[in-house]
Formats: sequence, structure tokens, C-alpha cells
Amino acid sequence: MLIIKDLKASIEGEEILKGINLEVKAGEVHAIMGPNGSGKSTLASVLAGRDLYRIDSGEVKYNGEDLLEKSPEERAKDGLFLGFQYPIEIPGVSMVNFMKTAINEMRRHRGEEPLSASEFLKKMREKKELVEIDSSLTNRSVNEGFSGGEKKKNEIFQMAMLEPKLAILDETDSGLDIDALKVVAKGVNNLKSSENAIIVITHYQRLLDYIVPDFVHILYRGRIVRTGGKELALLLEEKGYEWVRKEEPAGNE
Amino acid sequence: MQNEQDQILSEVTSGEYKFGFYTDIEQDSIGKGLNEDVIRTISEKKNEPEFMLEFRLKAYRHWLTMEMPRWAHLNIPEIDYQDKIYYSAPRQKAKLKSLDEVDPELLETFEKLGIPLQEQKQLAGVAVDAVMDSVSVKTTFKETLAEMGIIFCSFSEAVREYPDLVKQYMGSVVPYTDNYFAALNSAVFSDGSFCYIPKGVRCPMELSTYFRINAANTGQFERTLIVAEDNSYVSYLEGCTAPMRDENQLHAAIVEIVAMENAEVKYATVQNWYPGDKNGKGGIYNFVTKRGICKGDNSKISWTQVETGSAITWKYPSCILKGDNTTGEFYSVAVTNNHQQADTGTKMIHIGKNSRSIIVSKGISAGLSNNSYRGLVKVLRGAENARNFSQCDSLLLGDKCGAHTFPYIEADNQSAIIEHEATTSKIGEDQIFYCNQRGISTEDAIGLIVNGYAKEVLSKLPMEFAVEAQKLLQISLEGSVG
Repeated sequence: MLIIKDLKASIEGEEILKGINLEVKAGEVHAIMGPNGSGKSTLASVLAGRDLYRIDSGEVKYNGEDLLEKSPEERAKDGLFLGFQYPIEIPGVSMVNFMKTAINEMRRHRGEEPLSASEFLKKMREKKELVEIDSSLTNRSVNEGFSGGEKKKNEIFQMAMLEPKLAILDETDSGLDIDALKVVAKGVNNLKSSENAIIVITHYQRLLDYIVPDFVHILYRGRIVRTGGKELALLLEEKGYEWVRKEEPAGNE
Repeated sequence: MQNEQDQILSEVTSGEYKFGFYTDIEQDSIGKGLNEDVIRTISEKKNEPEFMLEFRLKAYRHWLTMEMPRWAHLNIPEIDYQDKIYYSAPRQKAKLKSLDEVDPELLETFEKLGIPLQEQKQLAGVAVDAVMDSVSVKTTFKETLAEMGIIFCSFSEAVREYPDLVKQYMGSVVPYTDNYFAALNSAVFSDGSFCYIPKGVRCPMELSTYFRINAANTGQFERTLIVAEDNSYVSYLEGCTAPMRDENQLHAAIVEIVAMENAEVKYATVQNWYPGDKNGKGGIYNFVTKRGICKGDNSKISWTQVETGSAITWKYPSCILKGDNTTGEFYSVAVTNNHQQADTGTKMIHIGKNSRSIIVSKGISAGLSNNSYRGLVKVLRGAENARNFSQCDSLLLGDKCGAHTFPYIEADNQSAIIEHEATTSKIGEDQIFYCNQRGISTEDAIGLIVNGYAKEVLSKLPMEFAVEAQKLLQISLEGSVG
């Protein structure tokens, strides 16, 4: 589904991603872990098409097509979803209106008729139950005045509504208490299928107690330096990022 | 990245003006220039009674002693008042008995603008007075309204048919001495709408005036007078468009509203005069004086405006809250793009006890435009427990435009409570990207965000027009997002 080859990207002349290689297949859950500043969020942003970053080299194939060629909205319509680390507030724009616009854009892209108001509301009700989100959130403006936890839950709700093929969740667990974390994880697990893939970007192992990954990658200084199964996360938890630092050859400093 | 953003911005701001066509129709105009003879000619052409001519001449003589106001945050080029035509009318038969006698070209023009004048084709529940250049072309539903005692007709007709009412109220809210443009209008005004709601009557339909400037080099000077007697209610809507022309055209109007005891008047404007092209060439100079007086106790006047057009807008719809327990409201969305300039706001004058006012102003600036809010809240000595709440928000698209807020507060009564809140925000790249990531294009994202921002004001418009206004906001900003 997603093949990243030797991807290098920089911001204002500073190289952040220094050659990322990664392959994600349908039905898989990947976790990308790493210390602050290792390039996790940059990778997520680059895949979603944020133009803050310059792509220096490398390629990204998404369902056989060149992902980097496409605009952010085309990527979204092709089923790529980014759960934001810091979801954005849009005052005055209701969640209902926002989601309806998004869904109907995607349906149009697939050559389908827009959803009627009642179909849409029905879908919204179902997905709210699926991700156990508080009903009142969807009656408000997009993320406006939401608590940190509510914003993150709202990202998962949007993911449920949009039914992406590839979801990238950028530190969806940060700033969540344990109850909120469980709700978010449950939401994600409910959405998992053999048809779609999920990339979970996280700082801490604790999310992976609830969302069990097939692969764990450790990103360090712009490179994936270790790949393993879910036990890698536990090893990392035990030894800390110091361990990765020590293992990293001096030549890459 | 900056360049890319600029490019998107310029694309969005370069949306085309949809109403720029010109109707080729025979005009009855008088020559350019302004003097007492011109004023006499206008009055004569309109078969006006003597008092009207006297009013005009007094106003003209006063105007000569005045100077163009310069205090607004506007850059207004010198205007040559002798180079304008002050009267132009589509030539038609002297008296129209039915719609069949209206020039088909005229009907077609208003059809194109989406204002069908055939009553059976009307939006349910809206009566329209259509004004082209200097004269009222047709007023619909007049007879239906007359059955309830409501008078809704062109101003010229009112001068002839109801001279006592006109004499009593004309200039009572905006005297001809009020300001430069009010004096000019009082001297040369051509037509406009008149509306009278008798005691205890709730007007059953929206009343609407549609203004269209068509002829070249012609100023449009209309006046509207609305009188709502005790316990009456009326909701009024005004729309305006003009052809695209390279030269600037002058529009100086007056609207006066009188609300008696327990009366309520809602006045909404969707102003879409030609704003000029991308480079700031052409466009309407819109210098308008709008004011209402809550004369009787418990009366209420509410102004709602959506201002998207005109090269320059100078306009402050105001309320004089004279009666006790009166309410004044001002809800405004003003959009400026490219080289447009707007200096707009309101005045709330609290005289009566327990008078309340609310001001919600939403400015949106894009391109190279300048958008100012200017408002006065004045509480006089006798206005016990007066209360005002003002909220002035500015939204910027791009980094070459300007937003300014000039709030003035004068309170002479200790019990007054006046609150003012102001915010300035930018449509963030991160907001747009967030929408993009959900599959929404940049243009649609801007539409969503801007309409969300203006929602509080748009929701005050009558339903049919709220939808139109939403579209208009998006079109006005087409090509402008950053």
C-alpha cells in the first residue's frame, strides 16, 4: 500500500529526514517510535503533503501511484488520513458542516452521489457509537474550546467517518489520561480491518498496550535505525532511548 | 512557500464580478454638471410640489458651504462634481398601468439579476421596488399590501401621493445639514423607496428595494424612508449591483427609519456594487448615510449589512435610541479584496432609559485592501441603565491587507455599562491544511472558514438572502486565500 524509498526532506535548509525506508501493507499496524526531534511528525506531515517541508530526494508510492506528486486534498481523497498531533480549531464551522463537506468531496471523487441529510446523520450516529465519542462534541465548532483529550477523540471520530485506507496517527496518545487513551485505542481497534493500514506515531510504549502493532520502527535522527515486532517497544521502554543513542554508529552523528 | 501562498491568494482574489453587464436602453438624461437650474429641472421632471423644490434648493445651498469629510481611513481621489450626470431615467411611457407596459429590456435586466418583477414568479413573500439609475421601475405586490394599509411605493410617488407624510418625516432623522453627502443627496436625490406601516400592522412579507446603476457617468442618489407606527413590524431588504466600468461612479444615498412605540424595523443590506477590477480601476464610491430613530418607547431597530462591493465604502448605519427601553442592533460583515477600501461601522446614541444596543462587526480583508471599523457609542445624561455590547472582529487573508478598529465611547451617565471586545485573526495556513487533509479544497476551505466566521451576522438575514449572501462572500474572496 505504501512504499517509502530513501526519503529525504528538509525545512529551511536543515535536513530532518535523512533517508527513510518503509513498507506498509494492507491489514498491518506499524508503530513508529523515537525521541523528540527525531523526525516522526515531519514524516507524517510530508506524507500528508504539508508544504512547509522540502522533499530533497527519494520516492513514495501509495497504491502504486506517486504520492508526492499529489496535493494534500488529493491524497486525502485517495484515502490517506492524518490524525493531527495538534488538531486545529476552526471557529464558527460546525463539525456537522465540516464532516459533511469532507465526506461529500470524497464521494464526489469516487463518482458517488452526495449523502442526503438523513443518511449523513445516521452515519454520524453510528460512528459516534463506534468510537464512543460524546455526542455534544459534534454539535460544536471544529475543535473550538475542546480539551486536549476531546480534540484527540475528535480525530478518531473523523477517521471513523472518513474510513481511510491508510491512517497515520501522529502522537494521538500524547496528553491523554489513561481513560481517554483507552477510548482512543478502542476506536482505532474498531476501525482496523484487513483492507486498511494504520501507522501509529508515538513517544511512549503505553499506547501499544492497547493498539498492538505488527511492526515497531525506531526513528532516530531522521533514520529508521531498528525494526522489529512489538517486543522492540518493550525493549525500548526498558532500556530507554539512551540505548539507541549508544548503538548508533558515531559516523552518523 | 511564500510565493506559492501569494499565488493562491491572488487566484482567489481575482474572482469575476457577475453583475457587470450593461443594459442598452434609451435614457432620458440631463447634461453633466450641478447648479440650481439642474436641481429645478430634476424637480420639474418629477412633477414635484413646491415644498420639495425648496427642500432641494436649501440643501444645495448648504452643500456649497461644506467640505468633503476627510476623517475616514480612506484614500478618496478628488471628485469632480461638475463632471457627473445627476438625472438619468430609462425612457418609458409616462404612467404604467401594468407590467406589460414596462420596457422588456428592463424586465430582462432584473431577471438577469435574479429579481423577477412578475408577481406570480416572485419568491413567496417578498415585495420588490426596483430602482434603475434614477427612477423606480416597478413596485410589486403594492395592491396586496395596500389592503392592510401598508404603503410601499417609489419615493417620487410618495412625494406626489402622500406629501404630508413625506413632509413630516423626510429629513427628520437625517437632516440635509447632517453631512456633505447627505446634503448632496437631499439636493439631487432622484428616487428610492417609501414605506409606511400603520398602527398595529405586521407586514406579512419581506419588503425589498433593488438598486441598479446602469447609465455611465451617472451618480445614483436615492433615498429611502420607512415609518413604522405604534405596534407595527416590518422587515426590509436592500440589494445593489452595477455594471463594470473603468471610471468610478458615485452613489450617495440616504435611508431614514422612524420607529414609534413598540414598533420593530429590521433593515438588511446586501451591498454588491461593482468593486473595481483587480488593479483598482473603476468601481463605485459608496457614500451612504443610514440612520434610524427609536422614537417611541420599547421600539427596536436592527441593521444587518453584508458589504462586499464598492471601490470605497463610507457608511455608518446608526440608531438614535430616544424612547425608553429601546433597542438598537448593528450586525455587519464587510469584505474588502484587491484595492477596495471600506470605513464602516455604526453609531448608537442612547437617550432613553434602559436603552440597549448591540454591535457585531466582522471585517474580512484580502488582497491589498483596507478595512476599518469605526463606531461610536454615546450615552447621554438621562439614559439611565443604558447598556451596550460591541464586538469587532477582523479576519485577514494574506499579509498585504489592513484591518483597523476605531471605537469611540462617550458616556455621560454613571449607570451605563459599555463592553467592547475586539479580535484580529488570520486564516491560518494550518486551518487550510487541516481542511485539505480532510479532502476539502483550499477554495472551499476559505468559504467554510469565512462563512463560519460571519455566521453570527448572516443568521440575522432573512432566509432566502442568507444563502445568497453566503455565496456572495465566497465569490468575493474567490482567488484570495492564504
